[in-house]
Amino acid sequence: MTPGDSTILRFEDVSLHFDTTVALDRVSFEMHPGQTYVVFGAAGSGKTMLLKVAVGLVRPNSGRVWLFGEEITHLREQDLFDMRARVGILFQEGGLFDSLTVAENVAYPLTNQRVLRHAITERSSNGNGAARTVEDRVRESLRFVELEETLDKFPAELSGGMRRRVGIARAVVSEPALLLYDSPTAGLDPITANTIVALILKERDLRNTATIMVTHRYQDGHLMANFRYNPNSGQIERAGGGRDVGQVSTKFLVMNGGRLVFEGTEPELQANQDEYVRKFLRAGGA
Amino acid sequence: MLNLLKPPIEAFQEFVLLSIRAFRNIFRSPHYADDIFIQMDVIGVGSLFIVSLIGLFSGIVMALQMARALTQYGAQGQVGQIVSITLVRELGPVLTAVLVAGRNASGIASELGSMKVTEQIDAMRALGTDPIQKLVTPRLIALAAVLPLLTIISDFIGLTGGYFIASTMLGLTFSEYWTSAWQVLEYNDIAQGLLKPLVFAVIIALVGCFYGMKTTGGTQGVGRSTTSAVVSSSVWIFVLTAFITYVWNRAFAQ
Ligand SMILES: Nc1ncnc2c1ncn2[C@@H]1O[C@H](COP(=O)(O)OP(=O)(O)OP(=O)(O)O)[C@@H](O)[C@H]1O
Ligand SMILES: [Mg+2]
Repeated sequence: MTPGDSTILRFEDVSLHFDTTVALDRVSFEMHPGQTYVVFGAAGSGKTMLLKVAVGLVRPNSGRVWLFGEEITHLREQDLFDMRARVGILFQEGGLFDSLTVAENVAYPLTNQRVLRHAITERSSNGNGAARTVEDRVRESLRFVELEETLDKFPAELSGGMRRRVGIARAVVSEPALLLYDSPTAGLDPITANTIVALILKERDLRNTATIMVTHRYQDGHLMANFRYNPNSGQIERAGGGRDVGQVSTKFLVMNGGRLVFEGTEPELQANQDEYVRKFLRAGGA
Repeated sequence: MLNLLKPPIEAFQEFVLLSIRAFRNIFRSPHYADDIFIQMDVIGVGSLFIVSLIGLFSGIVMALQMARALTQYGAQGQVGQIVSITLVRELGPVLTAVLVAGRNASGIASELGSMKVTEQIDAMRALGTDPIQKLVTPRLIALAAVLPLLTIISDFIGLTGGYFIASTMLGLTFSEYWTSAWQVLEYNDIAQGLLKPLVFAVIIALVGCFYGMKTTGGTQGVGRSTTSAVVSSSVWIFVLTAFITYVWNRAFAQ
């Protein structure tokens, strides 16, 4: 039953409940490097809890979870810190520290994660000329989300879409192996929402990062499955030609009341006849 | 019956766990010294004015009340002693603590509560920081340092208020009042008067943090946590002062 080293994330019969509410009900799935997962589900269906359990922020009541091939279900918080250093998370409610500036927020993982901090000080003490300082990386990350000019602002001074982008900058600054986006487009106008998805695509395709995106919009999932960032043209393009790589590596999960009711590719999702599952196809109108 | 008892017992368990972790972190690095000083400033300097004001008036009121009773027995010379003992042993610590609970248990609960509902606390844990180390322990240390000091200040200003009444209404001289006020105090009164604020500080910090960290349900939840933190820390202050006084009297029974 030991999973191969190749899994990024693996759930086995994971259940979580609060008093009487069931948040996760025997959820099992497996995610491999380079894969993208898009998670649909009604409000309260357990999408956020799925992500939190995946990085040990919430402990499941039963079942087992492996992150990067290592079982984390019983790890101590101190050891979890080092595991989480390899994961970037965009929280649904933002999670930006409102007492810190944008630059300090984005620098936070680099200065507070033990492993990342050590990596940076080691590299600079080696006298490696090419070593990037924390400041360089913060700038780079904010340039990536096109918000370099907000360095010294506080999160409260930014618009909702800008805050989301700062959140993305903070999630990607550590160059994680796994990225979790919790409802990145919720509450944004369609244009802003599309720029956010474009950023997520860009990060995924530039570094081939395993990505899980929770969303209400079918369109977001459709973009993730069928479009790629082309580093040569700097544009988002339809993935295609012969064997459709994007299609194969993007999977869809649908959650209902804590249960995983669908897992499969986009064509499988579109062919599904379940009433609940079809609701997410219609909602996006794609 | 068992189901009825389950939530409070679980909550108490969680509270004890939080307390153990908060105390354990005092001896562990990293230490967030900046946060400790910021909290000392917010709580100590921020409460200084209101604590002094209430201290002053409690001394004045007590002297006024005592003045009438004592004059009947021709014992008005003892007003300093009575004001001094009640303030130092009981009223100073309790009034100061209740004020600080109202100002800061609520402040702590609402600050941590909004951090909880906007997932800043989860973000801390995700980004390699122990929220208890970063948020709870500094508040605990700051309150434990500041509340005894505030209490001493409040006691002293209260005595000054008493002196104001004693001198204007009872015609006591400066040295008559202050000598009797000072001489009546024994070491164990002062010790009791300093132990209490230390215990109350721990209660205010931990109760405020506890309700803040377990906030759920958006902004409404923050409001609920804030109220619970003030009510519950105030109740604990009165329960514990009764308990400490009782134990103290047994231990130092004359
Ligand atoms: N701290 C908590 N205490 C009690 N119940 C909780 C708690 N956190 C989550 N739940 C419950 O767990 C279930 C799953 O919650 P979750 O946040 O994962 O939903 P979601 O799918 O992310 O919903 P949304 O789309 O609204 O974000 C819900 O029924 C919720 O009420
Ligand atoms: Mg959610």
